[in-house]
Amino acid sequence: MPLLQPGELAPDFTLHVTPDQQLSLSELRGRPIILAFYPADFSPVCGDQMALYNEVFPEFQKLGAELVGISVDGVWCHDEFAKSRKLHFPLLADYEPKGAVARQYGAYRQKDGFAERALFVIDGKGKIFWSYLSPVAVNPGADGILEALEDLSKLSKS
Amino acid sequence: MLKIPVNQDDHILGDPKAPVVLVEYGDYECPYCGQAYPIVKRVQKHFGKRMAFVFRNFPLTEIHPNAEMAAQTTEFAAAQGRFWEMHDGLYENQQMLGPPLFIALAQKLELSVEDLNLALTNGTYASRVKSDFMGGVRSGVNGTPTFFINGDRHDGAFGFDDLVVAIEARLQK
Repeated sequence: MPLLQPGELAPDFTLHVTPDQQLSLSELRGRPIILAFYPADFSPVCGDQMALYNEVFPEFQKLGAELVGISVDGVWCHDEFAKSRKLHFPLLADYEPKGAVARQYGAYRQKDGFAERALFVIDGKGKIFWSYLSPVAVNPGADGILEALEDLSKLSKS
Repeated sequence: MLKIPVNQDDHILGDPKAPVVLVEYGDYECPYCGQAYPIVKRVQKHFGKRMAFVFRNFPLTEIHPNAEMAAQTTEFAAAQGRFWEMHDGLYENQQMLGPPLFIALAQKLELSVEDLNLALTNGTYASRVKSDFMGGVRSGVNGTPTFFINGDRHDGAFGFDDLVVAIEARLQK
């Protein structure tokens, strides 16, 4: 299944965010949401995508957006990863059935068994405004997300 | 693509009009940047006057608790014309990165430790570091070190041979 494209409705989902807490996409309605799918916790570089987003997080917030990371790792792994990187945003566990949400978004790598590096900006009404699929070995950075959020805020003001 | 062109506010080694300008976005606490440091020196020596080198700050402050202060320390030194000495001193002693090293290097460069402490406390150079960082984010910097060769992001490895081959390719254009 190809990556979901702008204009399509973002499929709702409910996933564990901590061992005893769940988060649904629909709960975040009303403001832009950045969904960042990534292959795995603990990639062995400082260029780690989630560590970068953590640094840029205040800029995302200035644009009124919420950020969530999603991978097929389980909650305990996410917990450890989030602590080690001091992340200020939630990581969702697309763990059981494995990769089910990633599949719905066209962001699952069947042969590897993990999510793509795929980014979505979803508008306040739950529609996909922007999506981007990065080569799995390349951290997509944050410039595309910031531009999409700015375009979205211009649009909602006009 | 580099969104902020190399300009007079940059820290530049060599002639900004050289045929190749290598820009590094780096973090003083990042071990990969530490690895890149002597490699860049060799690359500079290899190309001589044909290349200029620019360093911009990209501290990942949440995973590297001393990176921001290190970057501000270099900007403090830069304000007194000693950027590269501070930059080199930090990378050459990266395993000791922290306030005692900042002070020791300031003393070695005969900079006022009092002024340094004041600048760090007041965050005098915080906005400069932040503007480097955000310029990097806008240009697609995705980790450290990230190199740009004549404005294009170099996505390959940053070993000596990798960089030389990539730069040669630009020189031949």
